[in-house]
Amino acid sequence: MYSNLWLIPFFPLVGSIINGLFGKKIKNEKIIGGLATLMMFLSFLVATQNFLRLMGDNVKTHQVVIASWISVGNLQIDWGFLLDPLSAVMIMVVTGVGTLIHLYSIGYMHGEYSFYRFFCYLNLFAFAMLMLVLGGNALVMFIGWEGVGLCSYLLIGYYFEKKSASDAGKKAFVVNRIGDFGFLCGLFTLFWALGSKGVWTINFVEIAENAHLLETGGVVVTAVTLCFFLGATGKSAQIPLYTWLPDAMEGPTPVSALIHAATMVTAGVYMIGRMNVLFAMSPTTMMTVATVGGLTAFFAATIGFAQNDIKRVLAYSTVSQLGYMFLAMGVGAFSAGIFHLMTHAFFKACLFLGSGSVIHGLHHAYHHAHNHHDDPQDMRNMGGLRKKMPITFITFFVSTLAICGVPLFSGFFSKDEILWWAFGSTRGHWFLWAMGAVAAGMTAFYMFRLVFMTFFGEQKTDPKAKDHIPESPLTITIPLMVLGLLAVIGGYIGVPKILGGSNRFEHWLAPVFEHTQHHFEIHAHGSHATEYMMMGISVGIAAFGILLAWTMYVKNPDMPAKFTAKFPALYKAVFNKWYIDELYDFLFVNPCKKIGTFLWRGFDVKVVDGVVNGVAWVVKGVGSGLKYTQSGYLHNYAVAMVIGVVVIVGYYVFG
Amino acid sequence: MISVHHYLLLSAILFSIGTLGVLTRKNAIVIFMCIEVMLNSVNLTFIALSKHVGNMDGQIFVFFVMTVAAAEAAVGLALMIAFFKNKESIEVDDFNMLKW
Repeated sequence: MYSNLWLIPFFPLVGSIINGLFGKKIKNEKIIGGLATLMMFLSFLVATQNFLRLMGDNVKTHQVVIASWISVGNLQIDWGFLLDPLSAVMIMVVTGVGTLIHLYSIGYMHGEYSFYRFFCYLNLFAFAMLMLVLGGNALVMFIGWEGVGLCSYLLIGYYFEKKSASDAGKKAFVVNRIGDFGFLCGLFTLFWALGSKGVWTINFVEIAENAHLLETGGVVVTAVTLCFFLGATGKSAQIPLYTWLPDAMEGPTPVSALIHAATMVTAGVYMIGRMNVLFAMSPTTMMTVATVGGLTAFFAATIGFAQNDIKRVLAYSTVSQLGYMFLAMGVGAFSAGIFHLMTHAFFKACLFLGSGSVIHGLHHAYHHAHNHHDDPQDMRNMGGLRKKMPITFITFFVSTLAICGVPLFSGFFSKDEILWWAFGSTRGHWFLWAMGAVAAGMTAFYMFRLVFMTFFGEQKTDPKAKDHIPESPLTITIPLMVLGLLAVIGGYIGVPKILGGSNRFEHWLAPVFEHTQHHFEIHAHGSHATEYMMMGISVGIAAFGILLAWTMYVKNPDMPAKFTAKFPALYKAVFNKWYIDELYDFLFVNPCKKIGTFLWRGFDVKVVDGVVNGVAWVVKGVGSGLKYTQSGYLHNYAVAMVIGVVVIVGYYVFG
Repeated sequence: MISVHHYLLLSAILFSIGTLGVLTRKNAIVIFMCIEVMLNSVNLTFIALSKHVGNMDGQIFVFFVMTVAAAEAAVGLALMIAFFKNKESIEVDDFNMLKW
């Protein structure tokens, strides 16, 4: 019934192969971009069809096996896909947002050198991401998991002639590898632990069915889930492995929107959702996940205060929002986490694409004015753009309201549900709620700081360039408008009961999460009054953040300067991202380099090369000694023969 | 009475003379002749023992040896001529290029 599921990842793969092999010859941007977008759209159609079919179906979990892959003893691994409400939501988000971003890229990447390469990678990424979310066992998921990492590396380093871009790509890849190591360790341990109970499997459905064989809260399950969580921190940019994401902004903006905001970075959240039973079995891990998530949400938000690069602010905001999702997962609010994942995909993709539109416009203007020294991403060169770019401004503003959790916008519903669970859940704690709430206020502050600096106030752009800032073309603005619309209405599928809704989203995901929540008695409890109060407080904090940003950046524009002059050390620390990169360099990178240099100079050059060269040297010495036996005189050889014969005959006769 | 021992002794003496000649002489043709002496000493052994044992195998072998010796002489003399064309000499010590 769901046998066409394989088409969903298949279409982008075809697009990637065609563009990768023939793109250089096709040359025509419309054909290359159109093909890639069409493939994504076809994939979206198939995804929609399956989604609707699943909606009308009473059985909510379907496994579709394409072919057998590995068959060893009683271990059977298939090329299998798993469609359940969770993966259905994910494929809708990935293909839907993916299609829009492909469309956007046609306009944004116009005129770029090796245009086809970009679309080849982008389609390949979509393929890998869809394999990740549809994978029916951990190995198929791992293919996607590694594939998205690879595509992320390729796309961050898209402008590889720039040193900073290729460095950022390498950093992303290496940091992701650390996470992948955790993922693999978790998988191996889980495989062994379940196997020792007689169930050799890595199939997700079977894992969930047999998880009860492991001891609840035991060492094994905690170790497994912590390892998986390490994998999630790498892929989803959480403390301690978040440092690669802000650097990943070196990639083209559509990439930041698709990979580093909407889809790939949510893979960790998705993975926890997929293995919710295992995570729920270990309260220790859940607490770790929640704490790390809360801390990340708070910590990344602080850095967002002092960044001047428009994309970097959004990058730290992404890290912070991902922190919310992990906070939700950690307190057992699985569906709230996935809900926030979805709304975040809408508004953050819109924000990134909006920033891309701004950069595109400024780039165009600078180009027109022959200005090559100003950075089109620096917000200090912006201001007053709302009149120049009305569509970009409106969509951006709406998405900002959504991310700040202003009531009636999508972010409000998802963020508030997370905060409520953080406070009221049986696995929650008021401290987690406090961190989340403060981070919400900070989000409101730095997001409105960004909006005010970019779109309001005086225009600080180079005077020669400022009259030549155009609104972006339709291929750019259409995705913005669609995503902006989704950022407004996307939340209404999950209106909580307390606000008169029926929380259809939670109901939809119930087949995946309800059993776990029920079995481990995870639920949010508290009176309606408390819930209203919590909601009020978080809205109030957000309003305060917005107001503060307004005061500092619109009413008294010289206030930030005064503030930084008053606390220079604090400002410098925040501006330099709390020196975390430097700390990591000191603690990990440089020691690793030193070990590497030692192994190179000390071990490889001296020992390995020494042995190889030594053998050659001995052979050469022996040879140069023995060569004198080869005299060239016939008599010497004849004597040698005669002696040889005499000795051999003598041996047989007398021996 | 001449017994088989006498033949074998003669054969051994001839073989030793041939060997010594190969080892000591410098003229390639003389060395060649010495090799012929060695071969023929072996032939003598074959025939003597064939007669002694009463078996024809040894005598058949002698034909083989003679065939080989004839072929060797043909090839060898051709080589001599080739050498001589190169170096105007058939002293074996002059052909010492194949060395370190």
